[in-house]
Amino acid sequence: MNILVCIKQVPDMESRFKINSEGVWYDEADLAYRMNEYDEYAVEQAVRLKEQLGGEPVITVLSIGPDRVVEALKKALAMGCDRGVHVRDNHHYRKDPWQMASIIAAYAKDQGFDLIFTGMQSQDRGSAQVGVTVAELLGYACATTLVGFAFDNGVVTAKRELEGGTKGVVKLRLPALVTCQLGLNIPRYPTLPNIMKAKKKEILALPVADLLKEEGLVTTERMYPPAKKGGGIVLEGDVGDLADRLIGILKEKTAVLR
Amino acid sequence: MKALLICEYREGKLLDSTYELLAFADRLGADKAMVLIGSEAAAPRFDGKVYLADAGKYGEYNPDLHKQIVLEAVARENPDYIVFVHSSYGWDLAPRVAAALRAGQVSEIVGIVDGKFEVTCCNAKMRRSVVPKTARAVLTIQAGAFSFAGEPHGTPQLEQLSLAEAASGVEFVGYEAAEKKDVDLAKAEVIVSAGRGVGKKDNVAVIAALAKALGGELGASRPVVDAGWVEHSHQVGTTGQSVSPKLYVACGISGAIQHLAGMKKSDFVVAINKDKDAPIGEVADVLVVADVMQFVPALTAKCAR
Ligand SMILES: Cc1cc2nc3c(=O)[nH]c(=O)nc-3n(C[C@H](O)[C@H](O)[C@H](O)COP(=O)(O)OP(=O)(O)OC[C@H]3O[C@@H](n4cnc5c(N)ncnc54)[C@H](O)[C@@H]3O)c2cc1C
Repeated sequence: MNILVCIKQVPDMESRFKINSEGVWYDEADLAYRMNEYDEYAVEQAVRLKEQLGGEPVITVLSIGPDRVVEALKKALAMGCDRGVHVRDNHHYRKDPWQMASIIAAYAKDQGFDLIFTGMQSQDRGSAQVGVTVAELLGYACATTLVGFAFDNGVVTAKRELEGGTKGVVKLRLPALVTCQLGLNIPRYPTLPNIMKAKKKEILALPVADLLKEEGLVTTERMYPPAKKGGGIVLEGDVGDLADRLIGILKEKTAVLR
Repeated sequence: MKALLICEYREGKLLDSTYELLAFADRLGADKAMVLIGSEAAAPRFDGKVYLADAGKYGEYNPDLHKQIVLEAVARENPDYIVFVHSSYGWDLAPRVAAALRAGQVSEIVGIVDGKFEVTCCNAKMRRSVVPKTARAVLTIQAGAFSFAGEPHGTPQLEQLSLAEAASGVEFVGYEAAEKKDVDLAKAEVIVSAGRGVGKKDNVAVIAALAKALGGELGASRPVVDAGWVEHSHQVGTTGQSVSPKLYVACGISGAIQHLAGMKKSDFVVAINKDKDAPIGEVADVLVVADVMQFVPALTAKCAR
């Protein structure tokens, strides 16, 4: 079995974001980066499947972006993926989800992947389009937002999370693509021996121009912080003092404390 | 301008979120037609054309077939926009329709500013203004962002849709009901919720103690539930419960849209967060910038007195 996992590297969401000089994305300098949280569930699920199948599948992990994304690829390799593909692109943020999906599909087209795992969305862009679009471009069966995954006799049984806690169970024939969510599994931490082993694994670098033949279908005109709602009170300072001030406000503004 | 609105139907019923599509189309100033893959009995109350396909035949969730049906309606209606709610149904189906039409897609729209679509990003810390470059575009709207005022009314003109061929790589097996609730957050007047910022399972007791001191219930954000620190029945948000207490206290919660969707009807919101820029600050009446594990015990002690 041949497996592909697609990952993105994103900044820590607790960062303070500044707008870049083009005004369409955040300034990528001075941020701490990590693997997109949803993609960690994808990597973990792929590695679990490999373990279930006695180590037979080969897992390729792919990421598009500047040189720093190699760090995310190395983490995935240390978690148990077998080989990395780095699609080098310093202007990744100018591409829309359609172009991102086209790049992945162009790479995957002739590789005969049986299963593709992606996160359901990225934490920074949040379009929730790339995974499904890859499936459409490749003609794969697809299910999104997985909180359950089982593989048996060549069939994937996927549990999708619906609103209000209800789940929808579907079966997919291979080749298939699934997008992963919180609650699917608990991603492992790479161990030191596995980090060492990962250093020897191959990471193939490909220029994005080799794979991208599509124009974007949407454009970002501007990025900006949301307008402050205003009116909200911000309390800072000594903890004991803060508690007294908050209690004062609650007494004045709500009927909860008397 | 014409918008084709894709209704949602689950377990034999039309979902109310369908009406948010009408509110959105009105904001756009678009003419409207709807698509329902469901049943005649569940048709939306709407004075206009509704393309109806039978969920008995095509399934309630069968994205491959639903895509074909939507494309059929697109061919007949020739809309400028095809609009879904950004829900488990919409985010799954919209990119398939967009890919088939090679149309630009804008996901999870929260507003329209100067005719451009506003979406959030970076866990709601930032916004983008996005414009499709294609003449026809697929849109998904954030649940709750375009609320429908008043009672829905009207009698739809139904037009049947069916597919000549129906093959799919996805087979729907069935639903699994949500876990049984041991708490009804919908009725609570005070909710104190624990987020990932509380750090570990043992610390949840500190948040629960504040809930108790305020005579309220314990709520939680999604990661706290997924980590097994708190039962799912306490989860607030898109995939949890929608709540509307008099007081909502968010402890170590960043304010992701999926969480806000469940608590934004609260009368008074207090957020406790060490990050002054956390997006929860946007909806909070009071943002206390502090470490939850230092501040909450201090507050609880003073409330109990
Ligand atoms: C399809 C889908 C459905 C979802 N449904 C839901 C849902 O129903 N409900 C839900 O909540 N989420 C849901 N989510 C997840 C949502 O996107 C966020 O991931 C989640 O709400 C984040 O939870 P959080 O705020 O607790 O954690 P984080 O985003 O990790 O935020 C933690 C916050 O705690 C603060 N913090 C950290 N340490 C401290 C400290 N010591 N003192 C004070 N503050 C601290 C940080 O500054 C940060 O702001 C859903 C996501 C998807 C994709």
